Amino acid sequence: MTSSPNPHRLNASVRSGRIDRARAIDCTVDGRRVRGHPGDTLASALLACGITEVGPSIHRGRARGVFTADCTEPNALVQRLDGCPEPMLPATELEIYEGLEVRTLSGVGWLSGQRDTAGYDKKFVRSDVVVVGAGPAGLAASLVAARGGARVMLIDQHRELGGTLPDGQAHVSGHPATEWVGRAARELAENENVRILTRSVALGCYDHNYLLVAERRAEHLPVWRSSGPRQRLWHVRAGQVVLATGAHERPLVFADNDRPGVMLASAVRSYVNRYAVLPGREGVVFTTSDSAYATALDLLSCGARVPAIVDTRAEPPARLVEQVRAAGAQVYPGSVVTAATGEPGVTGVRIAGLDGNGSLTGTPVEVGCDLLAVSGGWNPAVQLFAQSGGTVRWDPVVAGFVPDSPGGRSARVVGAARGTYDLAGCLAQGFAAGAEAATVAGFRVAPPAVPQVDGDRPVGRPRPVWAVPDESRPRRECTEHFVDLQRDATVADVHAATETGMRSVQHVKRYTTVSTGVEQGKSSGVNTIGVLAETLAASSPGEVGTTTFRPPYTPVPLALFAGRTRGPLYDPVRTTPMHTRHEQAGAVFEDVGQWKRARYYPKNGEDMETAVLRECAAARTGVALQDVSTLGRIEVVGSDAPVFLDRVYTNKFSNLPVGKARYGVMCGADGMVLDDGVSLRLAEDRYLMSTTTGGAAKVLDWLEEWLQTEWPKLDVYCTSVTEQWAAVAVVGPDSRTVVGRLAPELDVSAEGFGFMRFAETVLRNGVPARVARVSFSGELAFEVNVARWYGQALWDAAMEAGRDLGITPYGTETMHVLRAEKGFVIVGQDTDGTVTPLDLGMNWAVSRSKDFIGKRSLSRPEMLRADRKHLVGLLPVDGHSLLPEGAHLVDQRAPRRPPVPMLGHVTSSYRSAALGRTFALGLVSGGRERVGEVLRAPVGGTDIEVEVTTPVFYDEEGVRRDGAAQG
Amino acid sequence: MLLIRCPWCGDRDEVEFRYGGQADVDYPADPERLDDTAWGNYLFVRANPLGTLTERWVHTAGCRRWFSVVRDTATNEMSPDIPSRRESR
Ligand SMILES: [Zn+2]
Repeated sequence: MTSSPNPHRLNASVRSGRIDRARAIDCTVDGRRVRGHPGDTLASALLACGITEVGPSIHRGRARGVFTADCTEPNALVQRLDGCPEPMLPATELEIYEGLEVRTLSGVGWLSGQRDTAGYDKKFVRSDVVVVGAGPAGLAASLVAARGGARVMLIDQHRELGGTLPDGQAHVSGHPATEWVGRAARELAENENVRILTRSVALGCYDHNYLLVAERRAEHLPVWRSSGPRQRLWHVRAGQVVLATGAHERPLVFADNDRPGVMLASAVRSYVNRYAVLPGREGVVFTTSDSAYATALDLLSCGARVPAIVDTRAEPPARLVEQVRAAGAQVYPGSVVTAATGEPGVTGVRIAGLDGNGSLTGTPVEVGCDLLAVSGGWNPAVQLFAQSGGTVRWDPVVAGFVPDSPGGRSARVVGAARGTYDLAGCLAQGFAAGAEAATVAGFRVAPPAVPQVDGDRPVGRPRPVWAVPDESRPRRECTEHFVDLQRDATVADVHAATETGMRSVQHVKRYTTVSTGVEQGKSSGVNTIGVLAETLAASSPGEVGTTTFRPPYTPVPLALFAGRTRGPLYDPVRTTPMHTRHEQAGAVFEDVGQWKRARYYPKNGEDMETAVLRECAAARTGVALQDVSTLGRIEVVGSDAPVFLDRVYTNKFSNLPVGKARYGVMCGADGMVLDDGVSLRLAEDRYLMSTTTGGAAKVLDWLEEWLQTEWPKLDVYCTSVTEQWAAVAVVGPDSRTVVGRLAPELDVSAEGFGFMRFAETVLRNGVPARVARVSFSGELAFEVNVARWYGQALWDAAMEAGRDLGITPYGTETMHVLRAEKGFVIVGQDTDGTVTPLDLGMNWAVSRSKDFIGKRSLSRPEMLRADRKHLVGLLPVDGHSLLPEGAHLVDQRAPRRPPVPMLGHVTSSYRSAALGRTFALGLVSGGRERVGEVLRAPVGGTDIEVEVTTPVFYDEEGVRRDGAAQG
Repeated sequence: MLLIRCPWCGDRDEVEFRYGGQADVDYPADPERLDDTAWGNYLFVRANPLGTLTERWVHTAGCRRWFSVVRDTATNEMSPDIPSRRESR
């Protein structure tokens, strides 16, 4: 006889299971072939093959086995190797498919260096009623709400609906409960107002009924069979939320409770009934409540032996005791398993009595087994409820944290999630909550009568035991009583935490790392709280309280949150109409906000430094051209526009004549520089304001805020016109010649076209243009503006007009050098929100005769301090060292033991073609008083000596902006 | 993600809005007449209650208009800032 690949698979006549036996699926686990069937998880397939043991534990390397059949699994975590490798997947949740290949992990996985090519997308939907959990309570709620006509969304983690009903043997209206589930699923599927999301986890439940749901769409399929996105993130805004999230069974804490073969009692039921797998042939059941008796009965009905049912309660319900005795099991009431024996897997247990005070009694007896099913009670899955703002309280009757009275818009919680563990109760609550939710959402409906059910009905009160006393050792030495299997944390660890003085469960969690694994406390949390309560002699776990429940409910790949927002779609890209010309010229681009701006134009393999020196030289000695279309432009229009600009700029604009331009600085109410730029007065009631490239949106918001909230009576309208214009700056001594050719109708002479004037004209190519004489370089310069769609024509015409003069396109890097040589600041580079116009030495731009936003702040005592940081020039003494931007500046005599007093820092630093040396701008405490002083910039272990200077390095007299004398 | 009712556009997701802090912190009529403490209070001091706060929002990605609402800072329950109540403040 050949050995079966699935020696632990139950015969179909014993348990059919929810698997397709007609088809086999082969996967690879740690290089071994594991055969299962469609419907199996990796864990059920492993158990069917007789493999209980998985990877050893994270810190202590102890043997571990499959422990659960759900998302609370602490041991059976695997790394998927096929497709895009993914870490830390619970084998208990992983549906198998042909070709699945995994490695078992010791608590740590790895991120793949491989690019994840799978698709991830998002959907944004609204729904009248969202039901989380498709167990009996959730199905009941969905059915009723849908019958009322509400748009219903039903979300469940698993492949199949029904919650734990397929794990058990309950009946509804005289038929197996799975038939009721099937009918409910059909009714919902046929209703076009209902959307069912299976394999979908509600990750978070947020304010105002907002939910995030992660749907696994193709993960259960081999790569070659999957099409479309692998996962989808649903953003759901719900009218009403019903949480039917069920409950998680608690482990029990005793000596060597981590041995392979120890398994949650509910997981044993799930493997037997749902997967037709017998995880052991001799199963001891250790329980604190009624529910595990069903596990014993299931094991017995499959031909397994149950040598002992160990119940902490002195008087378990007689009906249950009789039932299991009749089936052949022996009950040990008022008893505990003190230890699992066997190495590495369980081969037996030691059983002792437990008196009313929780002390061991009598002489322990040993019973042999290969499976130990444990049930420490149940934790209602209150995670989503608590995330959405609900509070929980300890309920001593159900021995668990349950939702406290929900207030306001909080979700309705039904079924096991609120500690209701009988089927009739779950259905009744589900029907009621579904009807209520639909009615509140505007779809009046009444709950139907609850059908006759025959299921597991807990009658006896549980007797939780947080840590079984050791037979010989005190608590502080209970180093094999595990409270958190994944983190290898024990009763001794919790005890040690309290001995260091910690009392808060939050502190103990962080000290011991309990609940910080993948299960996030679903399995370990309440036991830790119980152990802590006992250690601190608290009256109940409720007195200790819980740690904070945070999203996500289960781990989720970050790729899902990124969705399609990656690569080129990460952020919108804004380009100017001349962009292709820059590309053709080989420009290197930089991001300025969302804009792509040409940074420099390397020629013949130049590096940035060489290219920038060349571009700068062209601007200072010939003619150069920059695309300045990205500058923000706002039209400020209305009879009160002059008054308004006087209030928002530190200097005056009401007296600016039509046809002229003026540089302005804006401050926040705190007096700190917000933005700057040149504004043109187009008409008495019309200005064109320019802003920094990155500050355009912020400035428009700022203007609108003041207009709407403080000065609504002002007749002013602001319109962003950035996208309506394209512009070039033509810069350099030869710029007059070039612009003269470009705009033949314009008088560009020094007398005819003064500095800070603008004029409307028509270019030689017929394009209407506005030309302004403004300069951000100190050189003679013109800014030529045209309607956006003529941008490329403008660029081409300017290049053509300057070809014989060697017109040179330049980028932002050159622009930075040119302006820094003149000491012109860039807001956001030389300022950082703590710098006033006075700090920048811009007293000339600060009006004394009028109020403006921020003016009052400039006379606050803090602003008048002599040690405020001033904008200064910095010249490396050696003439060639390039200071790193951000480098700190210290006094020559300052001691070098921390804390070293910092005098300031470098804000801009470049090499200058015009100066033939390096130079920098910086902010230095009392800087204007330090001109001539030498400071030090400690950089990479050595000091660079720098001399403090005034910030204007080039053409201090300002003669170059008007160009060469005529004639 | 809060659901915020713009008085002009209706219920919209929080991402469409920008927060504007406590409402009714008026720009002083004559800042120069305030002493440093009073000006400092205008600049920096804001209410931070556990409970209801009247606060400003702007519908940045919508109608771009400012408005104020009353929000419970503990529950995020929001209700309109009724103009008639504003007058009495
Ligand atoms: Zn709006």
